[in-house]
Amino acid sequence: MTARDEILGRLRAAAPPDPGLPDVPPGEARPGDLAARFGDAVVAAGGVLVALPGEAALGPAVAAHAEKLAARRIASRVAAAGPGTVRLEDLADPHELEGIDLAVLPGRLGVAENGAVWVDGAALHHRGVFVVTQHLALVVPAAELVPDLHEAYRRLRFDGPGFGLFIAGPSKTADIEQALVIGAHGARSATVFLI
Amino acid sequence: MKAALFVPCYVDQLYPRVGLAAARVLERLGVTVVFPEEQTCCGQPMANAGFAADAAPLARRFLEVFGEHDAVVCPSGSCTSMVRNHYDAYLAGRPGFERLKASTFELCEFVHDVLGVRALPGRYPRKVGLHRSCHGLRELRLGSSSERVEPRFGKVDALLRGLDGLELVELTRSDECCGFGGTFAVAEEAVSCLMGRDRIADHLGAGAEVVTGTDVSCLMHMDGLARRAGLPLAFRHVAEVLDEALAAAGAAELDRLRASAGAAGAARAAAATSAREAAPLSAGRTR
Amino acid sequence: MSEGHAERAARFAADEPRAHWHDQALWFMRAKRDRAASAVPEWERLRTLASAIKAHTRANLAGYLEQFERNALAKGIRVHWARDADEHNSIVHGILAERGVTRLVKSKSMLTEECHLNPYLEARGIEVVDTDLGERIVQLAGEPPSHIVLPAIHKKKEEIGDLFHAKLGTPAGLADPKQLTEAARGHLRERFMAAQAGLTGVNFAVAETGGVVVCTNEGNADMGTSLPPLHVACMGVEKVVPRLEDLGVFLRVLARSATGQACTTYTTHFHAPMRGGELHVVIVDNGRSALLADETYREALACIRCGACMNTCPVFRRSGGYSYAWTIPGPIGAVLATARDPVRHASLAFASSLCGSCDDVCPVRIPIHDQLLARRRDLARAGALPLGKRLGMWLLGRVLRSRPLYELAGRLARWLGRRAPRALLNGRWNGWARQRELPDLPEASFRELWRRERGGGGPR
Repeated sequence: MTARDEILGRLRAAAPPDPGLPDVPPGEARPGDLAARFGDAVVAAGGVLVALPGEAALGPAVAAHAEKLAARRIASRVAAAGPGTVRLEDLADPHELEGIDLAVLPGRLGVAENGAVWVDGAALHHRGVFVVTQHLALVVPAAELVPDLHEAYRRLRFDGPGFGLFIAGPSKTADIEQALVIGAHGARSATVFLI
Repeated sequence: MKAALFVPCYVDQLYPRVGLAAARVLERLGVTVVFPEEQTCCGQPMANAGFAADAAPLARRFLEVFGEHDAVVCPSGSCTSMVRNHYDAYLAGRPGFERLKASTFELCEFVHDVLGVRALPGRYPRKVGLHRSCHGLRELRLGSSSERVEPRFGKVDALLRGLDGLELVELTRSDECCGFGGTFAVAEEAVSCLMGRDRIADHLGAGAEVVTGTDVSCLMHMDGLARRAGLPLAFRHVAEVLDEALAAAGAAELDRLRASAGAAGAARAAAATSAREAAPLSAGRTR
Repeated sequence: MSEGHAERAARFAADEPRAHWHDQALWFMRAKRDRAASAVPEWERLRTLASAIKAHTRANLAGYLEQFERNALAKGIRVHWARDADEHNSIVHGILAERGVTRLVKSKSMLTEECHLNPYLEARGIEVVDTDLGERIVQLAGEPPSHIVLPAIHKKKEEIGDLFHAKLGTPAGLADPKQLTEAARGHLRERFMAAQAGLTGVNFAVAETGGVVVCTNEGNADMGTSLPPLHVACMGVEKVVPRLEDLGVFLRVLARSATGQACTTYTTHFHAPMRGGELHVVIVDNGRSALLADETYREALACIRCGACMNTCPVFRRSGGYSYAWTIPGPIGAVLATARDPVRHASLAFASSLCGSCDDVCPVRIPIHDQLLARRRDLARAGALPLGKRLGMWLLGRVLRSRPLYELAGRLARWLGRRAPRALLNGRWNGWARQRELPDLPEASFRELWRRERGGGGPR
């Protein structure tokens, strides 16, 4: 008997009575503006929120941001943000991601309760760009803000192979005497451009 | 109405004044108090240490001694919880057990829920720190626990706040365990005493002159630490605080209270008993 | 009697200022958790829901694992099964060795700690670098983690500074967390870049989709699995959840319970290997099926490893993770350790005042303090408790069964106690009196006074 069969057999034999699988109800409605709550949560996660009136404002905003960061190697996966200076398709190997100063990535949706932005792996070409980059910019359409994770998961699917993640703010740690330090291994800053 | 006084063994032997105070508080509220002399101990010390076989005969004995009473009132949260939440293993299915569980109350809970008294007359002009003993808090739900997201409430708080001149101090950790824990106090002496000293420091830091609570065991542990360190804190069981306060209350006030408590009490006790008997076994504790 | 929690805790507590510092650090975590939880009005309902989802999953664990495997395989993910720690280590090593891996980076996995994977791999020529900052700190120090979420919570920044000076070449005396973290960032980035494989734990495995979810704040799991082409993810059988939507419930309670954050920085969903890479999931039993069969303790399998019980436990805060001498310390650790080996870890069942705070914070409503009490009963029934304690409890029980005997014993004890010299009463033999005054012994008991005042059991 394989390990698999043995384990499954033991788990079946040990199975307790089934109380039934509960439905996951929608989250509780909250008062207040979705974008404002999202913004507060992004800040609480150590990020910065920049609200823009429309897509046309994105290019200049990202350029200004890049300049402020003195970012030279910029990877942009959002057309409206500009072409960037590095094409990820030109990098044969993810190790070549090292040295990217700023990555501008598309957010599929933003979650108001925690400031998290869903980034779909299909948009990245090299998955690791979001964590190897020194600084991160996420572009989220305001129309795609949802109140909580329950609503987020109603919209996400993994019917086929895939990769995706929620990103909330920059990389951080509090492992040394609980002092919060931003920029542990991943991005040192995370700016969310809300359009 | 009538109530049987359940006096924990260590209250009986070490803090008799707490038992007497509890009786007087009930009597002032119009309750006729009887003390079933055959009682000894609920078995908690053995049960908590894991010795269920040694606790079982005491549980059976308890049912025999108290089974016939309409209300059993106890100046201890942990002993009350023993009966309501931990006797199932020993007494489930026995005649009279469900009724016993539904009829056994901690003192403040009885005054607050059964007699319906939410504020007591009387004076207690001191700064008081309330120690929210764990069993009473998390097993009897005498009040909201700081961990849970729920409206703040406290039955003991309510009774104390109503007293004239009493100032309930604000602790930094409102319901951290004092470290008594039964045999834990000796078996894990180091941590037990650190915990107790931290509680004392919290009360002192908050300006308390008197520390009170529903369980003498906790108070005994903290008092022992405080006295060894020469710290200026007095420890009084809540029965003693209420007793002292009521002693200063006016006769008219008490008459009014007795009247409403008496009528309400009988009705509520009957309703509470039947409601609890109808409820599932773990009615005494909400998760 | 071999050393147990009480002895180790006493050593920890002997350095009172340090124990106090540790207590405050973890209370701070508990307070953050409280703030985060109270920002979710439906918090208590979420806990009930999380508990219910886990209960249903336990009842159908084999089915959900099979569904997970089916969906994972369809997405190009390889699935392995390990009956115990040895098999787990051997499988992981096999995957790495077949591909010539000698440099592995790891993100946090308590399961791999449980299986002692690191020494196994190192003995076979594979360099293992723990990449979570806290884990790297204790790895460099040659210590195990003392907390499942905050591995180095027991270390002061000056100590970490000294460690980094010795191992990473940072300037002597540097103790600023920001600068120490920056040094670690550079040091670990080199390791990430040089790694040939990345190993992670699994926070949740989703049966409906065949994918695994890994949560980190630092991004170390993401660094470690997006640079090298090989990702090995290790999970206990209990980590599977039925549906993608169930993640909504668990993710809402996990980080809030663990660190007081609304969510971790990165919540990564792996549903395929990377382009040109491989993703292997190793599913491990190692005693979990035995725990599932145990009616009293099976709820402990719901644990999502948040650490909230440790932060809230007044005993853990004042005794530290090492006093539990088990991979997972604290309240849930005591339950799991005694489930594995009740007699060896018996002292852990008593490393608790049964205050119940852990029950109230557990996001999946494990009745931890009830389980600890049940373990005490099981130990007593098995005759595993010290003879002195057994005799004492038996004797006490017998005396208390007889009213005349009880009254006599009480009178005698009080009579003797009131007359005994203080030095004798407060001697070293007396575990109570070493640090505490004994209560003043009254001349008469309650019942004696009642009889005098009231003349019998009835009303006046």
